[in-house]
Parts: sequence; C-alpha cells; structure tokens
Amino acid sequence: MENYIQIFVLIPLVGFFLSLFIPKKNENFISWFSFSTVGLQLVLAIVFSVYWLFNHHHVMDLRGLTVFETKDYSFYLDFYFDKITVVFLLIGALLTFMITVYSRYYLHREEGYKRFFNVILFFFSGFNIVIFSGNLETMFIGWEILGISSFLLIAFYRDRYLPVKNAVKVFSIYRIGDVGLILAMWLSHHLWHSNISFSALNNYDLVHEHLSSHTFIGALISLLIFVSAAAKSAQLPFSSWLPRAMEGPTPSSAIFYGSLSVHIGAFIMLRTFHFWEHQFSIRIFIAAVGLTTSIVATLTARVQSSVKSQIAYSSIAQIGLIFIEIAAGLEVFALFHIAGNAFLRTYQLLVSPSVVSYKIREQFYNFVPRHKTIEDSLPKKIENSLYLLSLKEWNLDSFMYRYLWNPLKRFGNKLNFLTFKTLFWIFAPMYVIGIVLKLYRSALDPILVKYLPGVFAFVGLVLVIKAFTERKSVRMSWILVILNHFWIAMAISFNENFDFMHIVLYLSGVVVFGIIGFIAILRLKRIEGKLDMNQFQGHIYEHPKIALVFLISCLGLAGFPITPTFVGEDLIFSHIHEDQIFLAFFVALSFIIDGLALIRIYARVFLGPHSKTYHQIAKRSS
Amino acid sequence: MKIDNSVFNLQKVLHDLKHFLPAQAPLKDFIHHNTLHAFQDKHFFDALNEASTMFGYITSLSLREYRALFERGKIDKKIVDRTIIENKGKIQSLIWSNKVYHAQFIDETEQRIGALRSNWKTQYKIDLDSMVHPNLFRVLCSYLDQGISIWNFPGENKSFLSALTELEKNSFVSFFKNKRAKSILLEGNYSVESLLKLLIGNSGLFEQYVFDQQFAHPGWSGLVATIENFPETLLDKRKITLEELIIFECLLEIDVLDSHFGEIWAPLGEKVSVIPTSLFAPFVKSELQNVLEIWQEAYEWTYYDQVLAGIKLQANEVKVISKSFQAFFCIDDRECSIRRHLESLDLEAETFGTPGHFNLDFYYKPENGNFHTKVCPAPLTPKYLIKEIENKSKQKKDFHFNRNTHGLFIGWILTHSLGLWSGFRLFWSIFRPGDSPSAVSSFRHMDPNSTLTIENISLSDREDDLQIGFTVLEMTDRLEGLLKSTGAVQDFAKIVYLVGHGASSVNNTHYAGYDCGACSGRPGSVNANVMSSIANNPKVRVLLAERGIDIPNSTQFLGALHDTTKDDIIYFDEQILSESNKKFHEANKLTFANALDLNAKERSRKFMSVNSNRPANQVHKKVRLRTVSLFEPRPELNHATNTLCLIGRRSMTKGIMLDRRAFLNSFDYRVDPDGKFLLNILNAAAPVSGGINLEYYFSRVDNQKLGAGTKLPHNVMGLIGVANGIDGDLRPGLPSQMIEVHDPLRLMMVVEHFPEVVLDTIQRNPVTYEWFKNEWVKLAVCHPETKEIFVFKDEQMSVYHPMKSMLEGVKDMDKLVELGEETFPVLLINNHN
Repeated sequence: MENYIQIFVLIPLVGFFLSLFIPKKNENFISWFSFSTVGLQLVLAIVFSVYWLFNHHHVMDLRGLTVFETKDYSFYLDFYFDKITVVFLLIGALLTFMITVYSRYYLHREEGYKRFFNVILFFFSGFNIVIFSGNLETMFIGWEILGISSFLLIAFYRDRYLPVKNAVKVFSIYRIGDVGLILAMWLSHHLWHSNISFSALNNYDLVHEHLSSHTFIGALISLLIFVSAAAKSAQLPFSSWLPRAMEGPTPSSAIFYGSLSVHIGAFIMLRTFHFWEHQFSIRIFIAAVGLTTSIVATLTARVQSSVKSQIAYSSIAQIGLIFIEIAAGLEVFALFHIAGNAFLRTYQLLVSPSVVSYKIREQFYNFVPRHKTIEDSLPKKIENSLYLLSLKEWNLDSFMYRYLWNPLKRFGNKLNFLTFKTLFWIFAPMYVIGIVLKLYRSALDPILVKYLPGVFAFVGLVLVIKAFTERKSVRMSWILVILNHFWIAMAISFNENFDFMHIVLYLSGVVVFGIIGFIAILRLKRIEGKLDMNQFQGHIYEHPKIALVFLISCLGLAGFPITPTFVGEDLIFSHIHEDQIFLAFFVALSFIIDGLALIRIYARVFLGPHSKTYHQIAKRSS
Repeated sequence: MKIDNSVFNLQKVLHDLKHFLPAQAPLKDFIHHNTLHAFQDKHFFDALNEASTMFGYITSLSLREYRALFERGKIDKKIVDRTIIENKGKIQSLIWSNKVYHAQFIDETEQRIGALRSNWKTQYKIDLDSMVHPNLFRVLCSYLDQGISIWNFPGENKSFLSALTELEKNSFVSFFKNKRAKSILLEGNYSVESLLKLLIGNSGLFEQYVFDQQFAHPGWSGLVATIENFPETLLDKRKITLEELIIFECLLEIDVLDSHFGEIWAPLGEKVSVIPTSLFAPFVKSELQNVLEIWQEAYEWTYYDQVLAGIKLQANEVKVISKSFQAFFCIDDRECSIRRHLESLDLEAETFGTPGHFNLDFYYKPENGNFHTKVCPAPLTPKYLIKEIENKSKQKKDFHFNRNTHGLFIGWILTHSLGLWSGFRLFWSIFRPGDSPSAVSSFRHMDPNSTLTIENISLSDREDDLQIGFTVLEMTDRLEGLLKSTGAVQDFAKIVYLVGHGASSVNNTHYAGYDCGACSGRPGSVNANVMSSIANNPKVRVLLAERGIDIPNSTQFLGALHDTTKDDIIYFDEQILSESNKKFHEANKLTFANALDLNAKERSRKFMSVNSNRPANQVHKKVRLRTVSLFEPRPELNHATNTLCLIGRRSMTKGIMLDRRAFLNSFDYRVDPDGKFLLNILNAAAPVSGGINLEYYFSRVDNQKLGAGTKLPHNVMGLIGVANGIDGDLRPGLPSQMIEVHDPLRLMMVVEHFPEVVLDTIQRNPVTYEWFKNEWVKLAVCHPETKEIFVFKDEQMSVYHPMKSMLEGVKDMDKLVELGEETFPVLLINNHN
C-alpha cells in the first residue's frame, strides 16, 4: 500500500508538465485539463483515505528514489502518510479543484489564462510534495516550488508596478524561511549523522537519546524550523507580507493566501512536533509567538478598511491560535481549526466583491454611525496609540526594511567602486591564491586552515551582496552570483577533503545555467541597446521567450531542484562541521541572497511597467 | 535655476485641479459620465490631443488596431478615401493616403504630467511615492471608510485635518517619523503655500507641482474632490477637502525627506535644471494624431453610413388600428432588442422609448430605510419624496460578511463551527449556483406588495425637507410631459405597460452602473409604479383631458420591471386591472415571456459559457444562471457596443436590426412642431447617452489609465472604490470585462424632425449645444416627410447621401443570433414584408 502514495506526488507533477504544452489559445482545454488533473487527485485521495481509515490507518513511510549516494552521505526522497497528510491532502485537493473550476469562467479572456493554470498546477505539485514529504530534503523541494509559484502568481499582473514589487517582497520573506530550513537540515545532519526521516522522529527513544546529549543543537533546530514556519504562516514578525500578496486574481489569492499556502507553516510544526515536544521552553516560545501574533493581528484586522487585508489579518490571527493549539499538543483540534479557517477565508475572499452591495444595503436600513468598540473603554491616549499602531501595521513592513534589507543595501552600496575591471583584477588573483593555498593546504598553519574557509565564504557573501544591490549592470550582477558559487565551492573544498566529483556536481548546474542566462542577457542587450537595474523595464512584453529562458536559468543558478546543484548544496552543508557556525551562516546567507539577487534581476529586467510606452500602461500607483 | 516667484493662486489651482481629476462618485452612486469632461469645451479631436499630451492618456485606438480593422473589412475603403479628402483637401489627399495606409510613425507624444516631480528621483535619488503613497492611502481610506473596518477612525464628525491633528496630539505614536512635520501639524499655522515653499521654494512651480502630486494618484484625489463637492454621496458623512489632502501629502513628503537628509535639504526648485513644459502650454498636433483622426472618423462613418442608409430605406408609418397593448421602455440600449422581439411576436403591439425615470423627479425612501435615494437623472435636484410602506420582506443575512468573523475569540469559535460549512457553501455555489444574500437583485429594490405614498395629502406633509408625494396638478404636468414627448397622445390601447429596468449580479462592485442611468443608477421599479398609478388617477385624467389628451376609461396603466441581466419581468399591482383587462394581460404576459426568451438568446451569442444554438427557453435558463454565479465576471455586457441614439417615431427604425446598439427615444414631430419637448429630450439624452458612450469609449481605448483595468484582482476599499491589492490607488472608470467587446465609436444621434427646427432647438441650451458643436456626440436629422438625411457639422445642417444604397436583409432572426459574437452590420428585417 505504501507504494501508492507516490502517485499523489506524481499526478500533479505530470499534470503540470503536460499542461505546459497545451496551446495558449485553447482556453477550454487548458482549464479542462487542469481541473481533471486536480479532480483525479481528489477522487483518488478520497478513495485512498477512506480505504486507509478502515484498514488499520497505520502511519506509512516510503523510502523513494535515492538521488545521490556516497559512503557516508545519501540524498534520497522519502514519502510519509499519516492523518496530518490526510487532512492537508483532502483540504488541498478539494479547494484547488473548486478554484480551478471557478477560474475556468472567472479568467475567461484574461491575458495569461494558460499561465495561470500552469502556475496553479505547479503550486499544487509543490503543496503535495511538502505534505507527503518524509524528510527535510524532500520537503525542501516542495518548499522551493511553493516559493517560486507564489512569486509567479503574485506577479501575475506583471506589467504593473505594485504586483511585481510585492512579489519580490513576499519572495524575500519566503527566502528567510528557507534559511531556517537549510540550517535545520545542516544541523540535523550532524545530530543524526545521516538524513533523518520524519518517521524516525516518532521514535521517542531515538530522539531523546540524541537530544539529551545535544540540548543546544536540538533547541536550535527547533527554532530554525519555527522561523521557517513563522515566515510561511505570516506570524510575527513576518506578518505584513500576507495582505501584500493579494495582488493576483481573487481566486488565486483565496486559495494561496487565504488557505493553502499560509497553513503550510502550521503543517511543518505539526510534522516536526515529536522532535520538539519534549523541549518545554520551545513549546512555550511557540505558543507565546502565536498568542502575540493573534492579538496584534486581530487589532490590525479591526482597523483595516480594505476587505482583503481585513480577511488576511483575521486569518493570521487564527493561525496564531493554531500555533498555540499545536504547541499545546492538541493535534486533532488544530487540524479542525486549519480546515475551518482555510474554508472560511477562501469563501470570504471569493465573495469579497459582494461586500459593497451587501453592506451598503445593510447600512441603508440599519445605519449605526459608529459602533461602540471595546477599545473605547481604554483611556483615550492609549486607544489612539493602539489605533495608530494598528493602522501602521505595527511597523512590521518597515521593520523588515530597517533591520534586514536596508543594512544589506547600505553594505552593498559601499562596494559601488567595483566595476567589471576592478572585479577582475581583485578577485581573479585572489581566487588563484586560494587554489594555490588549497594545493598546499597540508603545509599551512592549522589555525589558518581553520579560518580560511570562513574567509572564502565571506568573500563569496560579499560578492553576492554586491550582486543584490547592483543598480547598473545586469551582466555584472549575474556574474557576481556565479562567482559566489565558485567561492563557496573553494571554501568547502578547503574545509575538508572534498571529492572533486562533488565540486563538479555542485558547479555543473551553476556553469551550464550561468552560461545560458548570460547569453540571454547578451541577446536582450543587443536588441534593446540599454539595460539597467534602476527600475523595472518590463521587457517580457516584447521578449517573452528570452524571459522564459532567463527565468529557467535563474532557477538553475539558484539551486532550484532542476539541476544537480540542488543536491550539491545539501552536500556542501554535510561538509560543514557543527562547530563552524559562521561558515554555515555565511554559506546559508549566500544561498538566500543569491536567490534574491536572481529574482531581482529577473523582475527588474523583464517585469513591471514596460519601458516603451506605445501601448496601454497603468499608472505606477495603481 | 532662476527664481520666478510669480503669484500662486491656490483657489484657482484647486478649482482647475478638481476640474481635471476623475469625477467618479463612490461605488454605490456609480453613474456613467464623460471621462474627459474637463475637455468638453474643446473640439473632440483637439481634446484627445490635449488630454494625451497633458496626462499621457491614450485617446484612440492605435494605428495598428485601425489598420487591422481595415483589413477585416470593419472600415470601408471608400469612406477612408472620402474622409481624407474632407479633412485634407483633394490636392493633399494623395500624400495623406500614403500616410494613412502605409507610413510608419514614431510615437513622439510627450507626457507633461509628472515631469517636474520626477526630479526627486533624478536629482535627489529618492523614491518619494513608494514611501508616501501607502501611508497616505491607508490613512485616507480609513478616514473615509463607510463600513469595512470594525474599529473606526477616531474623531467622530471632525474634518480630515482636525481629526488627524487630534489623533496626533493625543497619542504616543505619530503619523510621522520626524519632529518637523509633526510640529507643523500640531502648531496649525500651515497652508498649502507655506508647505510648498518648504518643498519647492519657487512659487512659479507650485501649480505644476500640485498637479504632478495629485495626478500621481488620480483615483484618491478625484474621489476626495467628488466628496468635497457632494458630501451627501456618503451615507456616513465625512468632511474632507482636496486642500486638506494636499496639505497632509506635503507633510508626509517633508517627513520622508527629513528622514533621508535630516532637516536641511534644498527645496526642489533649486535643483531643477530644466523647467519642464507647463501643463497648459500651447499644444501641437502631430502627423500621427492627424492620421489617427482620419481613421477614427472613417471607422465611425463606416457604421453611421449603414445606419443612415437603413433609415432612408424605411417605409412610412403604418397605422395600427387595434392595439393589443402599448409598452413604454427606457431609452437604454439594452431595451432595443426586447422591443423588436415584442413587435415581431405581436404585430399589434406598440412600443415606446423614454428615459426610465418616466419624467418623474423624486427621492425614494423604502420602508425602514434610514436614507432617501435619488431615482431620477443625476443633475436634477428633486423636491419630492415617495415613501414605501407596508414592506414585508426582510434582508437575508450572510455570516461571511459578519464582523465577528474577524474577532479573535468569536472568530475562533466561528472557524471551528462554521468553517466547514463555508467549504460546503463554496462547493454548492460553484456547482449549483443560486440566489444568495450576497447577490444584487433588481427585484429587491422595492417590495412588489408594498404601498407607495404617491399623492400628496397636504403641502405641509413633509419629511427630510421634501414634500411627500405629488399634488394632482404636479402629477398631471409630469404625465402630460411623458405622453407628449413620446408622441403617445391618442389611440391608447387597453393596457399600457410602463416597464422600468434594473439588473442582477453577484460579486459585482460596479453593480450601480448596471441599473437604470436615468434613475441615478437604481432600478426603475418605483418610477414605473408611481407613473402608472398617476396615469390611472381619475383626477389626473380629468385635468389631462382639459389639456387635450383623452385617455379612455377602459385604458389602464401597469408598472413593471424588466431585469436586463436575467431577462425576467415582474408586474406591479396587477390586482387593479379590470376583469376584461385581466384577460388581455394574461395573453400579453405570454408574449412578454416569449420575447424575453428570444432576447436572452440574442444576448447569449456573446457569452462563452452559453451555447446559443439551442431553443430560446433553454438558453434563457442558462442566462439566468449566470446572474447568480459567483465566478461570472460578466453577468451581462451592459452598454457595450452602444453607438446610436435615435429620437423619432418607431417607424424610423422599426425595420432595421440595430443589434442592441441604439438608445431609442420615441418622439413625434407632429406633436411638437416647435421643438419644445425635443429640447427636453436632448437636454437629457445628450449627457446621459453621450456620457455612457464616452465612458465606454475612453475605458476601451486606455483601459489602464482611463479605465479600471481587469476587475479580477480588485480589492474593495472602504466600500467606496476599488483598488488593486492593498496599497494601490483607486481605479475609476470601467473594468476591462465591461468594455472588451465595445467598439469605440462616438454616439450618433439621429432626430426625426425638420432640419431647421432641430438646428434651432439645439442652440437654445448652450450646455447641450456644446456636445454637438464640439462633436462629442454626432448629430444627424431625418426629414420626416422627404426622408432626406442631414448631418450637423460646423454648426450647420448639410444634406448627406449615404454611400450604401441597399443593405443586406435578414429573414430568420433566430438563426442569425446563433452566428457568434461579432457585431453585425446594419441589416434590414424582412419578416414584416
């Protein structure tokens, strides 16, 4: 029976790939194909779940394809099925099915009809990979797909400024969630000395034995996982991304940000519950964050004057409560809450345009100029302060800027002296020296050997920060990202006796997609003459094919699971020792900013209002 | 830069600014109007050029689109050639032909708006908008909010700035990040000028800066200006002025600049190296613009020519001796086809068109209503109130809109208990759509079983400073006006139906734009009901007979409402009918039902989700289903493809298939030899149908800047407008789903009267005359005796000979409408012969 669970990952994936080949003009077939794919998943999911329920409903774990293996490292897919999976599978399939049917008519004649259904299926694939995943590595594949498909859906109206800006914003928060997951993967390598599957976490003795000797690492892993979950589920301090994600067509906002995507954080916490259930302080911490979030989000929801942001904050508040329920160990209760919240918010978002006629009619007959609210009983000054704070969303949006992006940008701007030439003359010799040092590693001072990898990784990080903040040359930004990978490869190979084949594995995707992307940039530059990164240029309007090639190159270069680089990244972490926190941190940060820098290039060059104005272009503010 | 401290006249600038900003009212009062109303004192094509130069609007189709239409045969070559000669003269025509058909142009139109303010980005490297707009919009929307937020903006009944000041004064948290802006607000001795002095320095640039600033978010600014002018448009009143908005925005700008540079930075005026062209500097028309004008005119005349040819080919009026019934409909283009179907099903039926308020001017207040609502054309200010009493229906509730779902603990209980129910509801509404409390239904405007206070009891019977009901004299005046203006003054049928219209939809923020425009965006049920009651009033009939209109005692008027989305009809007060009339009514009802089926089928050819090749009653069922489907962004296509307004007897157009493109206003030149009623008709028809037509035109040619873009991502802001996402500017204009099938042609008005009378009549009201003189609406006249056609141009009437002498005919209308969604050319209907 275990073998069948892979089907649920395969159906959406195959559906997604096939849907790419349907001709763009054939609206009927595109939508029919999409809801058939999801419908098939739904029917099988119901049949399978019922069968499972009446046949002992024991937890299933299936070790899938082994992607890469050496004697002390193995990267394999793992699938898992229990009641949490069942609930998410059924909610996900049911909602996605309804939304695809809904969108069949709703999106009629819309520019990007096919793209919409492609992305829905892509998202659905990612969702199912996550909920069926049996280990962190498998989950990470789905996780990455969710991130990219979210970006593409928020930026669905890619010729306007705000959707693109917000898509990049949301993507960057998701990337923070990725750091948590990557570092958790790294630490668990060292905790278990092998890839650990979720089913192993259910083994109390095993978990207990490892954690009792590594309390700190255990707590750190739990926290990192929680950071990922909090980012994905819009808990504090990340909450402000959720309302800003509501830029796509209403049905897509409804299922992604009303229901499926936001509850994935709760899913991860449920999935890893057995890992942290005996860390009492962690449980208190999670519940505390959940509680604070729910209070802050409720206050914020109460002052919202736009219908979608109000629903978004109400949903965040309920997810805060869900986190408390999970921390309290009320698994079934939390699952019910998740289902209820998902359905309620989806429906509320879908009928949100009706709010005008409904409320106006209601007011016409039962007008109360001003409802007395609970806040009125507070002292005026406190009430006003709370109101203003809530109106400003507790400064959460500017918080991310102030403490994360702006320092990065300031740092990057300090590197403005770097040009193509200086870059070459500084870093090429440095790299050569690095290689020479590596060759004579055994002759070096052990202290130097200990710190050099960190230094190399730091150089890589500096390069990628520069890539992230570059405002002029697209080519330069692109090359810097490639160079970053090379520095990381050097850092790691210096760190340990790293098999040359591993480096090839890691760099193969980087090199191939680096070159393809570079050619795409050159070609666009030849046609358009001038490219810069100062503002959005919307070249996808005239060059959709180049844009597609470039997007795929970005994904390849960012270690998206379409290249061996993806496995290579995981492999690299297995070579970072548990006491090398800085090295791990630099490398993880590099990966994160890497992805950001690439998405930023893609967005600035290809998305946003077109730089040519011979056709209809929306105002920037709209 | 040199200092030019010319005088800045704030009041004048505010006045001009309000003039140019979008004038769209809050959603509940959505009424179509000319999007470029500010340019109406210019000739149409000059206005297109100026609007595009000043604000960067696209004001016509693109050259590529025109040429594609030409390739597809939608623009006639002969007419293009004729237009070239007319516009450029015979000698130049060859050169221009080449330009029109073949030349490629580089679009060199400049966009003046925003040029000055872009210096923040180029000279100061600061993206002011992205830091000011989100805060500004949020504060503004929260202040104006009509009922989405649960915890309202503090400072009840205070004006915008005083509410802000009060809040700022009495709070630990500030709107601003720095001290300076805060202290300016709190000290209170600021003015637009003093703030601009800080920001810009040079007063010569103030005006341009304010325009740039406000046109960076025309949606919000336009709404504030509208609310300032018409505070009564909000149920929950707010005191706000455009001046206050500008002051607050300037303060936010100062605050952002302070955050970046500290309190010492040079005002913008000092850093501007090149003074940008003034918004109002003289305009130049490019060659491309000239070519586009030729194409636009040729596109229009390709269609007009067919219409005028068709009118010329019409037979003379045939008198129907015994009429089975008469029915008055609104002039609305959506009623054009239902009249055709009624007449083809019952050859003895006679139909009329008149603005759907039925010549009544009053406010309506439903039972238990807290407010009264205007149900006559927007420019009128009625002195009367009609109240509904004995309404027994109740508003159904939907917990999804309940504010408690956003609470923490109640929300927690609700998600647990009702969350799964939502999933079920969602499933149901997708696979079995049906009526729900979230839907808008025209039939709910007035309970059919309620009673209305129509006749005034005494002049002292007043409410809300309005007279309740009309006196007998006032009623007679209005009925006389209705009958005389439409020419229905004799040979009354046994039953005269007055059919108002409204629409039904769900998930439609622009629902008010779907109802009757002549009733200020409300369904016409109350008006139809009131007018039929007036016409049945024996006292009124006595007075009316004295004025020469004799309605036989056996004739009864009956109010009804046609739902243009569902194609359903309800009748009011059927119990008043006499026994014999009841029988006729039953027969007529059947005719109406069949006509509505046919009408639904005709409409369905433009709906993708409905298969039109099926029997009419089955198609009708599908059409009804669309109106309650959450996922249907186009419950009906509203006024799309409207192009004509025909004022004359039915015989003028009875035999031509106009494909639902015409506003039809009944008028008999014999009743109105000197154009007295005609003037009234034109005074209403020009702004109403012209406004609808031009709003469709501009939303179609620039759906991004002059329309609302696609409605799919729209988010409702404060119940007053829609925006994209949560940080966007409001989007006035029509969403793309309403205009995508529209052909952007100006309205052609055809009047059946003597040309000299028409020429004299239009000049009597300067406001109305402007529409024709500047060609925002085209005007033609059909001589009622000779059938000769005249066209109004350069303030004169000149004879027009249609290029087409014959039109294609159509025999089987039922087969015709199965032909797909393309608009038809003008066709002659052969089934009468």
